[in-house]
Amino acid sequence: MEATHAQDHGHGHPTGLMRWITTTNHKDIGTLYLWFAFIMLLAGGCLALLIRAELFQPGMQVVTPEFFNQLTTLHGLIMVFGAIMPAMVGFANWQVPMMIGAPDMAFPRMNNWSFWLLPVAAIMLVSSFFVPGGASAGGWTMYPPLFLQGGISNDMTIFAVHILGISSIMGAINIVTTILNMRAPGMTMMKMPLFVWTWLITAYLLIAVMPVLAGTVTMLLTDRHFGTNFFNAAGGGDPVMFQHIFWFFGHPEVYIMILPAFGIVSQVIPAFARKPLFGYASMVYATGSIAILSFIVWAHHMFTTGMPTSAQLFFMYATMLIAVPTGVKVFNWVATMWRGSMTFETPMLFAIGFVCLFTIGGFTGLVLAITPVDIQLQDTYYVVAHFHYVLVSGSLYAIFAGVYFWLPKWTGRMYDEKLGKLHFWLSTIFFNILFFPMHFLGLAGMPRRIPDYALQFADFNALATIGAFGFGLSQLILLVVVLKCIKSGAKAADHTWEGADSLEWTHLSSPPPYHSFVTPPVVK
Amino acid sequence: MSDHQAGSYYLPEPSGWPIVGSAAVALLTSGLVMWSNHIASGGWVILAGLLVLFYMMFGWFGTVIAESESGKYDQQVDRSFRWGMSWFIFSEVMFFAAFFGALFYMRVLSVPWLGEGDTNAMLWEGFKATWPTAGPLGAENIGFGKEVAAGANQFSPMEALGIPAINTLILLTSGVTLTVAHWGLKKGNRGQLNLWLALTVLLGVVFLGLQAYEYHHAYTKMGLTLGAGAYGATFFMLTGFHGLHVTIGTIMLAVILVRCLKGHFKPESHFAFEAVSWYWHFVDVVWLGLFVFVYWL
Ligand code: HEM
Ligand SMILES: [Cu+2]
Repeated sequence: MEATHAQDHGHGHPTGLMRWITTTNHKDIGTLYLWFAFIMLLAGGCLALLIRAELFQPGMQVVTPEFFNQLTTLHGLIMVFGAIMPAMVGFANWQVPMMIGAPDMAFPRMNNWSFWLLPVAAIMLVSSFFVPGGASAGGWTMYPPLFLQGGISNDMTIFAVHILGISSIMGAINIVTTILNMRAPGMTMMKMPLFVWTWLITAYLLIAVMPVLAGTVTMLLTDRHFGTNFFNAAGGGDPVMFQHIFWFFGHPEVYIMILPAFGIVSQVIPAFARKPLFGYASMVYATGSIAILSFIVWAHHMFTTGMPTSAQLFFMYATMLIAVPTGVKVFNWVATMWRGSMTFETPMLFAIGFVCLFTIGGFTGLVLAITPVDIQLQDTYYVVAHFHYVLVSGSLYAIFAGVYFWLPKWTGRMYDEKLGKLHFWLSTIFFNILFFPMHFLGLAGMPRRIPDYALQFADFNALATIGAFGFGLSQLILLVVVLKCIKSGAKAADHTWEGADSLEWTHLSSPPPYHSFVTPPVVK
Repeated sequence: MSDHQAGSYYLPEPSGWPIVGSAAVALLTSGLVMWSNHIASGGWVILAGLLVLFYMMFGWFGTVIAESESGKYDQQVDRSFRWGMSWFIFSEVMFFAAFFGALFYMRVLSVPWLGEGDTNAMLWEGFKATWPTAGPLGAENIGFGKEVAAGANQFSPMEALGIPAINTLILLTSGVTLTVAHWGLKKGNRGQLNLWLALTVLLGVVFLGLQAYEYHHAYTKMGLTLGAGAYGATFFMLTGFHGLHVTIGTIMLAVILVRCLKGHFKPESHFAFEAVSWYWHFVDVVWLGLFVFVYWL
């Protein structure tokens, strides 16, 4: 070992706040990402509770209609870019180097910058509530011409998106490079844990589509201030063009949020079923084909915007096709559990909750993929139900499963199993009270993003609001669990879950050393 | 990784540069928000952001160069840089793809739609869908919220022959000169390296000068502005972002030139040189796309 590695054990490093600001360590940075995501989850959650409070009864009670629109817009942006995506990157930071037997990420300093750009963007977004005119109010999708109107906050949103994009691209380049170049001897591609595979493909998607988002919000900016006419028909442009470019980013984006979740669940289920993952290779190929197909389905978000019938048919069939690899995955998870010696600790509960509830979201996605049906359901609460089943009981549940699964490894301490289970059951019950009625609301025609509604929708809305507050409060249990675990959890074994077989369990202590593998392990 | 040496991957100490970079980005973006909304002193905030950004780049790249020159980077680190740069260039390709996509969408779809059927009959009767166009309501009079005077579709498009053709020649030549410089570096012929690299920088500067002249001409003599509808928007955004990339590339080449003059790089290891030349070739290829689809066809 060389002299340059004297610092490898963390001696003489800055402490206190400066440790976190200057850190180049993948574990520190992973922790930062996860805490940031949690804070954003609570912030976005508060906005959602305000939305639900207003919708508790018909009529206007709590907020003004203008403010309501700001709430839905910022709720979407904060949850997508502030909570789900950073949480997944946090997992990648902690887990990828450990799982492939690397000492750290490939570019540790850039890793730090990827994280420390996020607070800048978050402050930009949140402070936009306080500028004249309030925050952006045109929906998280930023459609023109509405988005071309409106005040200074729309520019703040545009630049926040730019910063988030730069952060994501740098993070993704780091992850791809780490996976391709830092694997331990013998860790061939097809031996990588599935979580690593899903992140490899996610990172590829990020590098491919975040620049496209940056490009199109730049066009919004120049249309707003510098006289261009990209989205103005009077100048030969077209507002619909924005939707095409946005959803060319947007659909891969939803897979960016779900593929790492697939990865986490594919680590958790085998560990608690005490069987190897069923159909590993098919999981890899399914992930790859989802990534490819996700580039050719974007216009399923635009069936009512207008396009030639042939295009509608193409996008309908392509969208349905993407459900095939997704189905392969669900099948493999179930087959992994089949005749396994299963136990149901909290990570497994969340993983099983994921499989059941995400699948409902997948099915409603298929319903929405049918063009004539979608023309009825577009912009109704049915869509809201769909994407919350895939994002909350999908991505977020996988994040919870991962947190409970790896918390003993990360902290060296056990979490409180009772509280964890309580967190799961309360979340799941309230989640369904919150979102299941939205299917009925949507089918009955209640539009989304509307602060007031007809009387006939009153009962289901009241129910959903009760579910929302229950779900929101249940998340505080997670905070308690994590704090308790760090402070006073019982000592965790190195190989906490005996069914788990990736390198971080078999080769590293709990908590792992500062640089996981200074000498790479040999993988057989 | 067969040639991986145990524990030799260079892991940097904690670093203050990234947070300086974040401060720069915070200043830069808030300055841009202020400036585009005509809030006084926005320009100064942008300037402050740029200064901090340059300070960060000097410091950060300086650190990397010092580490590289003191031999801290092994082959595996070198491979990381190669992967990293390749993926970065891929992200740049996708950024330009968004604007090329907008160009194709307008030319092939949205402009023809405006010239036919109900849209045409109900909104802009008499509008002929041709390319180049400033759209039904013409240059300068459109833009959100502006008063509209129809029929002012007056600007001349940029011809492909003339400056654009010369610039194509310049960029293609600069690709050759850069390669000759690279040969010099690999052979250990520092004279050849320095001369041809300097020539490449010079060609970059000439390209930018000609483009600046072209823009000035467009604005003052041809009525061709950012506000000139579909054509003006795509023309300036595509060539503008390309020009920005040429500027960045030229600066990077100049930095490499200074390093070469200082005796940096070895015949067998000089990734910074190669990274910049990859970038330069990428910018070159984008230009060919521009020349064909923006200027020529
Ligand atoms: C089986 C796979 C899926 C299919 C077939 C599918 C299909 C669809 C369709 C057709 C829509 C458009 C509905 C409309 O606006 O009328 C939609 C919306 C949406 N989907 Fe999915 N989806 C699938 C999986 C997912 C996943 C995995 C996620 C994210 C994790 C996701 C997130 C979303 C979001 C966020 C929207 C709404 C976007 C908006 O308008 O704000 N979907 N989906
Ligand atoms: Cu989609």
